Amino acid sequence: MRDQSATVLDVANLKTVFNTRDGEVHAVNDVSFYLKPGELLGIVGESGSGKSVTMMSLLKLLPMPPAEIRSGTIEFDGRDIREVSDKELRQIRGGEIGFIFQDPMTSLNPVFTVGFQLIEPLRVHMGMSKKQARARAAELLELVGIPDAPARLKDFPHQFSGGMRQRVMIAIALACDPKVLIADEPTTALDVTIQAQILELVKELRQKLGMAIIWITHDLGVIAEIADRVAVMYAGQIVEHAEVKELFANPQHPYTRALLETLPRMGEARAERLPSIDGQPPNLDHAPTHCEFAPRCKHAFDRCRVENPQRRNVTPAHDVACFWDAKAGGPIDA
Amino acid sequence: MLNFTLRRLVFTVPTLLLISFIIFLILDLAPNDPTGNLPLTIPPEVRANIRASLGLDDPMYWRYILWCQQFFVNEPLNLLNQWFGWCVGDCENRLRVTSWATRSPVVDLIAERMPQTLWVVGMSYVVGILIALPIGVISAYKQYSWFDQAGTFVAMIGFSVPTFFTGVLLIVIFSVWMPNDSVFWLPSIYDTTHKVTDWGSFVFQMRQMVMPVMVLALYNAAQISRFMRASMLDNLSQDYVRTARAKGLKEKTVLLVHVLRNSMIPVVTVIALGIPQVFGGAIITEQIFKVNGLGQLLIIGIEGADIPLVQTLTFLFAVLIVMFNLVADVLYGLLDPRIRYD
Repeated sequence: MRDQSATVLDVANLKTVFNTRDGEVHAVNDVSFYLKPGELLGIVGESGSGKSVTMMSLLKLLPMPPAEIRSGTIEFDGRDIREVSDKELRQIRGGEIGFIFQDPMTSLNPVFTVGFQLIEPLRVHMGMSKKQARARAAELLELVGIPDAPARLKDFPHQFSGGMRQRVMIAIALACDPKVLIADEPTTALDVTIQAQILELVKELRQKLGMAIIWITHDLGVIAEIADRVAVMYAGQIVEHAEVKELFANPQHPYTRALLETLPRMGEARAERLPSIDGQPPNLDHAPTHCEFAPRCKHAFDRCRVENPQRRNVTPAHDVACFWDAKAGGPIDA
Repeated sequence: MLNFTLRRLVFTVPTLLLISFIIFLILDLAPNDPTGNLPLTIPPEVRANIRASLGLDDPMYWRYILWCQQFFVNEPLNLLNQWFGWCVGDCENRLRVTSWATRSPVVDLIAERMPQTLWVVGMSYVVGILIALPIGVISAYKQYSWFDQAGTFVAMIGFSVPTFFTGVLLIVIFSVWMPNDSVFWLPSIYDTTHKVTDWGSFVFQMRQMVMPVMVLALYNAAQISRFMRASMLDNLSQDYVRTARAKGLKEKTVLLVHVLRNSMIPVVTVIALGIPQVFGGAIITEQIFKVNGLGQLLIIGIEGADIPLVQTLTFLFAVLIVMFNLVADVLYGLLDPRIRYD
C-alpha cells in the first residue's frame, strides 16, 4: 500500500469524531493516504462521506469542540501536524498548505477588499512590506487570470462574479508558494462552463508551480480529467485507492463500481434512466464494526455484516477495503 | 453617498413638519387646563382672561402656525443673536416659545438642562458601550463558557430589572448602609450647582455621577452586549472565518479584524439609533437621583400642563430620532461596502 518514494504528506489512521449532544459522530474512521510531491490526488465520495472533514482535520480547521481528532498521525514535511505548536501550525496554514473552499460566494470576507485579503498571507508568511505585498498580489491575480489585476485589488468581493471569486481564492491559497494545495470541492458551487475554466486554470498552475494537490469532489468526471491517483471515500473510510486509469478500468469495490455506473456516458442512447445506488448513506453515530456499505451492496454476505474489511492490495498500487473479490466473483479467502 | 444623504435630509423636512403637527394635535386633544393648578379662589372670568392671554381661544390651526413661526423662525434667529451677535429684524422683542408655567423661553430651559443630561445619561451610554462590546465579543467567542453564562445572566438582570429598582437598591447600599465617612459612600442626590474647579471638586463630581451612570450603564450594556454577542455568533460561523484561519492568521487577527469588523455593522446601527434616548434623558433615573435633566423637565411640563414646553421637547426628540435614523443609514453604507445608496 505504501509507496516507497518520498511523500510530502502522509496521513495514517486518522480518526475524527464530533462530540454532539446526541452522542458521537464518527466522521473520519481510520483514514490513511499519502501525497507525493507534484501529484494530484483525487478524493471522491458522496455528501457526508467525510471528505471535507478529513481535509479540515489536517489543518485543524474544524471547530474543536465539538470536533476532536482522536488518533492518527499527519506527517507533513517531517513533522506531525497534530503535534506542532500553534505558531508552527499557523505557519503551515496558508504558508505551506493552501486551502480552497467550496463556496466562493461566502469564503471571502465581504467587508475587506480583495487586495487586503490577498496581502494578509503575504505579510504574515513571507514578511513582505506593504508595497512588495501589493505588487505580488497583483501578480497573483494576474496569474489566476483576472484581467486588469492592479486596479481590481481595490475591489470588494461582491464586485466579482462567482468564478472570479474562486480565482481570487486560488490566488490566496497559492500566495505563499505552498507545497500542497487542498481544494475542497472548488467547482461544486459554480456553473459548468466556469467549472471547466477553473479546472483548466488549476491544471495550468500545477504545471507552472509544481505543487501537489488534493482535489475533493463528488464528480468522477472531474477526477478522470485531472487526477493522478484516486481515493474513494465511504462513511468516513477510504474504501478503494488506485491510479486513476486503473480505478476507472478495473474498479474493485462494489461502491466504486456502482458510482461509475451512475455516470452518464457520452454517445450512448438515453433509453433508460441513469442507475442510482439504492439506500441511504449510513448514520455515523458508531465506530464501524462491519462493512458500512453492506446494506446497499448487492454482493454482501455474512462476513460483511460482522467484520469491517481492511484495505488489501489488489496490485501494488491498488487497494480496496472489501471482502468480495471482484475478479474471481466471490468472497476472498479469509 | 453624498447624494443619498442630501436627498434624505430634504425628505426629513416634510416628515418633521408632519410630526410636529401630529404632536400638536395630540396635545390639543389632551384634557389639559393650564389654569388647573391655580388656586380655586380665582374667579372664572379671571381664568378665562388668563386662557385668552395664552392664546387658547384662537383656533387650533392658528396656534399651530404661530408655534411654527416661533420655533422655526424666531428661535433660530435668536440663537444667531446669542451665539454670534448677529441681529436680524427685531432682536429685542421677538416672540419666543415660552413656557406657560415658568414664563421663560423653552429653549433656554432646555439649554439649562442639557448639560446634566448629557453628562449623566451620555456618560452612562458611553460606559455601557465600553462594557458591552468586550463582553459581547468574549461571550460569543467562548459560547456557553462560564463567562458567557455569567454575561447572559447579568444581561438578563440588567435588562429585566427596572432602573427604579436598581437605582433605589444602590442608594440603599451606598448612601444609607454605607457609613458617611467611608470612601465607598456616595451621594444620592445629584448637585447640579456643583462646579468642577479643581481635583477635589472633580472627584466629587465623579462620585455623584457614579450611581446614576452605573444604573443606566447596566441597562444599556445589557442590551448592547446581547446585540454584540448575537452578531458575533452570526459571523463566527461564516465561511470567511475559516478562510482567514486557513490563511494562517493569528486567532486575534481573525477575531478582532475579520469577525469584529463584520459584527460591528448591525451593532453600530443599534448604538446610533439609541443616541436620541440619551438626549431624551432617562426620566425615571433622573427622578430617583434628582438629576434635573431633560427627562425631569418633560415630567414637570406634563404635570403642569405646560403645553409649549411639552410640544417643543417632544418635537426636539422627534428631530433627534429622525436625524439619528439617517445617521444610522449613512453609517451602514460606510461600514458595509455591499450597500451603496447611489
